[in-house]
Amino acid sequence: MTTQAKKLPGTDVVVVGLGWAGSIVAKELADAGLRVIGFERGAWRDTASDFNIASAADELRYVQRQELMLRTRQNTCTLRNNVTQTALPMRTWGSFHPGNGTGGAGNHWAGITFRFQPDEFHLKSHLEDRYGKQALEGLSVQDWGTTWEEMEPFYDAFERVAGISGKAGNIGGTLIEGGNPFEGPRRRDYPNPPTQQTFAPTLFAEAARNLGYKPFPVPSALASQGYTNSYGVTMGPCTFCGFCTNYGCANYSKASAIVNVLPALIRMPNFTAKTHCEVLEVRKDSSGKRATGIVYVDANGQTWEQPAEIVVVAAFTFENVRLMLLSGIGEPYDPVSNTGTTGRNYAYQTANNVQLFFDEGKNFNPFIGGGAIGMGIDEFNNDNFDHSGLGFVGGGSTRVTPIGAAPIASRPVPPGTPRWGSQWKKTTAQYYSASMSIGCEASNYSSRTNYLSLDPTYKDPHGRPLLRITFDFTENDLRMAQYVTGKTAEIARALNPSLVVESPRKAPWNNTSYQSSHVVGGFVMGADPATSSVNKHLQVWDVPNLFVVGASAFPQNPGYNPTGTVGALAFKAAHAIRTLYLKRPGEMISV
Amino acid sequence: MTTPPLAGLSRRSLLKASATTVAASAAAYTQAATVKGVPSWLPFDHNGPLHYQDQQPQFFSAEQLREVEAIVERLIPGDELSVSGKEAGCAVFIDRQLAGQYGTYERLYQHGPFIAGVEPKSDHVPRERYRLGLEELEKHCQQSYQKHFSELPDAQRDEVLQALEGGKIEFAGIESQVFFEQVLQNTMEGFFADPVYGGNRDMVSWKMLGFPGARYDYRPYIARHNQKLELIPLSIIGSSAWSRKA
Ligand SMILES: Cc1cc2nc3c(=O)[nH]c(=O)nc-3n(C[C@H](O)[C@H](O)[C@H](O)COP(=O)(O)OP(=O)(O)OC[C@H]3O[C@@H](n4cnc5c(N)ncnc54)[C@H](O)[C@@H]3O)c2cc1C
Ligand code: SF4
Repeated sequence: MTTQAKKLPGTDVVVVGLGWAGSIVAKELADAGLRVIGFERGAWRDTASDFNIASAADELRYVQRQELMLRTRQNTCTLRNNVTQTALPMRTWGSFHPGNGTGGAGNHWAGITFRFQPDEFHLKSHLEDRYGKQALEGLSVQDWGTTWEEMEPFYDAFERVAGISGKAGNIGGTLIEGGNPFEGPRRRDYPNPPTQQTFAPTLFAEAARNLGYKPFPVPSALASQGYTNSYGVTMGPCTFCGFCTNYGCANYSKASAIVNVLPALIRMPNFTAKTHCEVLEVRKDSSGKRATGIVYVDANGQTWEQPAEIVVVAAFTFENVRLMLLSGIGEPYDPVSNTGTTGRNYAYQTANNVQLFFDEGKNFNPFIGGGAIGMGIDEFNNDNFDHSGLGFVGGGSTRVTPIGAAPIASRPVPPGTPRWGSQWKKTTAQYYSASMSIGCEASNYSSRTNYLSLDPTYKDPHGRPLLRITFDFTENDLRMAQYVTGKTAEIARALNPSLVVESPRKAPWNNTSYQSSHVVGGFVMGADPATSSVNKHLQVWDVPNLFVVGASAFPQNPGYNPTGTVGALAFKAAHAIRTLYLKRPGEMISV
Repeated sequence: MTTPPLAGLSRRSLLKASATTVAASAAAYTQAATVKGVPSWLPFDHNGPLHYQDQQPQFFSAEQLREVEAIVERLIPGDELSVSGKEAGCAVFIDRQLAGQYGTYERLYQHGPFIAGVEPKSDHVPRERYRLGLEELEKHCQQSYQKHFSELPDAQRDEVLQALEGGKIEFAGIESQVFFEQVLQNTMEGFFADPVYGGNRDMVSWKMLGFPGARYDYRPYIARHNQKLELIPLSIIGSSAWSRKA
């Protein structure tokens, strides 16, 4: 630190980041009577003032100008595909869209809220048992150190807080018609019924059913009806406005920390939020085995030290890992020697797409929809199909989710169409309402060469290194992408479109167009400190009063969106602190 | 004559007010804050889209505006589907965008080194791209045709634009393709964005596509599969349907 940090009076708990993960942990710990201070580098956001219905439907502002996203001027990452390259900074967000301000990326997310499947939590053991060790060659896939049975109550807790709308496929082992038959056994149904569907997902589901698959409504954080959650906060019904992904919701319908958690939390006398306060570092004592608090800088550039008995870092994957690297927590991962854990096992999502164009008889009204309105199938996801002889492991969730079609970005035309002029205009107008797409959001399995580290060249406004991403799609994932996209295209053809355009994900990874914000790993959970950074309670190995919560804990990424699991992990960590850690503060939890 | 839809503030004057409060409250708002209890807020606190009531160019000179209009008129030509990009206000849109924070990439990471030939293609911010690109375009047209770009017939303007798109014209100081891509992107933004930003006049592009604009409730329509809904589009500025006849 350049300036001397002024020391503030201590508190019980400091939480870094007030998105989904941080807000849930803060609420659960405040409910236990602890004094909690939440730090957020961005503004305090509130539906009524920030996402007003009069001005929320503004594509230029929210999509093109990225109004709700973190300003790259404040913080960004550098990227390269492999260690031989020099990483360059992301000056505008492209491949992913990190958030800022209370609610975090959870304000402008899409809201698709899956649980991971039971086998996911022991993926390495499961795949090796089924296909042999060689199936995982070149990959650093590993077990999570926890189980489905341990996770299930916390998935349930998150679904109740977020008011998820969906249809159960498996309650206590009994399969339910119309739900996802591949989901793990759940204790009870979703808190809200599925939302209504537009034309495109309905068509897709029909075609999938005819092919023998089992389509189900995509589990959705867009409320199908008015709902009051377990914290007593009320959501309004989704109106399918189509200004959803990349926008905030003006109807209190899309679940987020600012709708579902913070209104209850901020009214508690033992909670304080500090906004426009960026945390720079987690401080440790001289033994290195105890976090003493955090150092943050306020908007005037003044640095402060906030001592705390417990420190929880929930600042999204990138900043979780960067803060750990900057604070010297854990050993930085080195891909050459394959040692160290901080930054290890970074993974992404392998996003694939199939576009359908119809010359006759279809009017999709594509402007009606929302981030998580849609129908999907899971026959080609994860290990739901036999991979013997296929040459890859993993798979993806195949689905049609019409998110809305604001036309600066959403104007699908067949490849080869001119980009301007009369012909461009004619084709654009012709297909605006006559095309749909089927996505396949597929797994991304970690490997030795994909990791996070500090950039040697590029600095943030405080002069500290940016986070450097070294990432490319592995051969395994590219083969998987070909396969699942082919399967998706078969369903597309069953709908008899005039044209099908298949876009399996290809290497090299780049920042030119949006893929997903599902960046995971880098500070992963596990049972072995040699290959993980936190235990199954999200407690940092050897620094027992420090917890790091978020998708940074995923050892690899299945073919599902992350936030259902991020929410569950937040409840899991808070539960462990309340019921186990507080009994023996300062010690690693050993059960 | 139309009167404001409701007694008191019209939607338009609310937006006008909020455009000024954006600047004022943005400064106050980036102060560190300690939030406890029920946070105080005002409706329309800081959420109005920043736009201009003033019709004068905010950034371009009259000559620059004329040349940009001549470009957007060919990128989006007038035909039976819609008026041209020029008539839709795309050049006005671009002018206003360049005058605002977008013009200087104020929100973006701007530290070097910028590595030439690799991403990013250019370290120029949008204002400089237009300034340099328009200068070079003028030089090119004077050398090849002894005319301004705007004086060329349609077919010749299209040829020049195609050559720019394909990187076949050498510019000094900026790659011609970088300039072309910048103008194309902003033209499309202007044509399809909400009219509050100066383009898409009379919601021409939305009417062409059948996009209903800033409507926020499709519950009555979601179950009407595969039907043409013929919804009249709505802008953030408001709708004439909201105004009572005097
Ligand atoms: C466009 C988009 C669509 C998405 N769609 C889906 C989807 O359909 N389904 C799904 O499951 N997931 C989706 N996601 C991902 C989802 O948004 C994230 O998984 C989720 O928001 C993660 O929650 P979090 O609390 O870990 O992080 P965040 O929500 O990012 O919150 C972290 C908070 O920490 C703050 N912070 C960071 N660093 C600091 C610091 N140094 N000091 C103080 N504060 C700090 C940030 O400002 C932020 O508010 C989507 C994301 C985006 C961007
Ligand atoms: S689609 Fe629904 S949840 Fe999404 S922003 Fe619109 S009303 Fe909100």
